Amino acid sequence: MTRTRLATVWLDGCSGCHMSFLDIDEQLLVLADQIELVYSPLVDRKDFPEDVDVTLIEGAVSSEEDLEKIRRIRERTHILISLGDCAVTGNVPSLRNSIGAEPVLRRAYLDPTLLNPQIPNQVIPRLLPLVRPVHSVVKVDIYVPGCPPSANTILYVLTELLAGRTPDLNGKTRFGA
Amino acid sequence: MSRVVTLKINDQDVSGREDETILELARENGIFVPTLCHLEGLSDIGACRLCLIEIKGVPKLMPACVVRAQEGMEVYTESERLKKYRRMVIELLFVEGNHVCSVCVSNGHCELQYLAQKLGVDHIRLEYRSPKREVDASHERFVLDHNRCILCTRCVRVCGEVEGAHTWDLLGRGIQSRVITDLNQPWGDAESCTSCGKCVQVCPTGALTAKGKAVGEMTKHQGFLTTLALMRENDR
Ligand code: SF4
Ligand code: SF4
Ligand code: FES
Repeated sequence: MTRTRLATVWLDGCSGCHMSFLDIDEQLLVLADQIELVYSPLVDRKDFPEDVDVTLIEGAVSSEEDLEKIRRIRERTHILISLGDCAVTGNVPSLRNSIGAEPVLRRAYLDPTLLNPQIPNQVIPRLLPLVRPVHSVVKVDIYVPGCPPSANTILYVLTELLAGRTPDLNGKTRFGA
Repeated sequence: MSRVVTLKINDQDVSGREDETILELARENGIFVPTLCHLEGLSDIGACRLCLIEIKGVPKLMPACVVRAQEGMEVYTESERLKKYRRMVIELLFVEGNHVCSVCVSNGHCELQYLAQKLGVDHIRLEYRSPKREVDASHERFVLDHNRCILCTRCVRVCGEVEGAHTWDLLGRGIQSRVITDLNQPWGDAESCTSCGKCVQVCPTGALTAKGKAVGEMTKHQGFLTTLALMRENDR
């Protein structure tokens, strides 16, 4: 049996969706027999691989790096899933959209109590002017709202996909769930 | 005494009084019609357009909350066209203000959030406007967060029609519209406000809430409205 090539990605989110994924607990063992985890914050691999069957995206698109990543991921993924409210709506990261990126950077880096206050201009990716939900920059195939979606919801989505079905999330989760 | 009429909703025979709205008839017969601006006990204004229905022979979609029952009418509440428009209305409401359910005091108790789920809105296809809107926390006990206001005007109506204070009103037009207290003063300075809290209870979203609530803690109680309406009817 060929295993389903699964990837999980962490963009601008709090990692809560990944935690909820791990909360599947012992069912992870059942999943483990059917999948190959090819890329994830839990896996030590730098480049996003080719030909991934399913990718779960946690987090909104907030920086130039996120944008570059998500475009490459889309090209290399068959079924792209927006997992959680940050990916689906922008959620908490997008709270800055009505004031712009500048005040956020100033608040974080130009605090006068810091020893050498300066806004970084290298190494740390530059913020986009607006935080965007994933589907506003690339095509998304399945939406799983929730903050975070429950472990059961995530398990349901993966189980359905592994069985070759499209998960029907009607009534199972919602914004803010 | 108003006449009894017979009509069809989704090919099912129903009967009611001719002074009843299609919405009332639908609900009496257990037929679901989504609503936001409507609230039993307040006047109807047909503002949110969520309750749109199809009537045979009428090319336009009609709001069920303000259309009265007529003999022989054939009404449909569940077509693909209606589902498309309902979804669109919900999406427009989400992009118009700033709704971040995960950190909202009304999370889990919000009518907008509930309807989004019920109507299958799992993402918003439009660009978010992310407007800059104010929060008025000047009242001693309540908060108004314009970010979450959907301009249903339930607060305006309950305050004017039930409490009789008429503290609330609408200011501006179109996308600039917003609710105001007294002569566009901070709520805390609005002398006509009796602090009864009726507006807070009827507000469908987290726009009007009690102070001191954390995420998901704001539950609302609207039962008083039907009780008051009934008592007034008995008085007449
Ligand atoms: S008012 Fe309702 S829809 Fe808006 S953020 Fe709060 S819970 Fe979500
Ligand atoms: S404050 Fe609440 S009740 Fe008043 S118009 Fe806005 S959403 Fe409706
Ligand atoms: S409930 Fe009928 S238009 Fe709002």
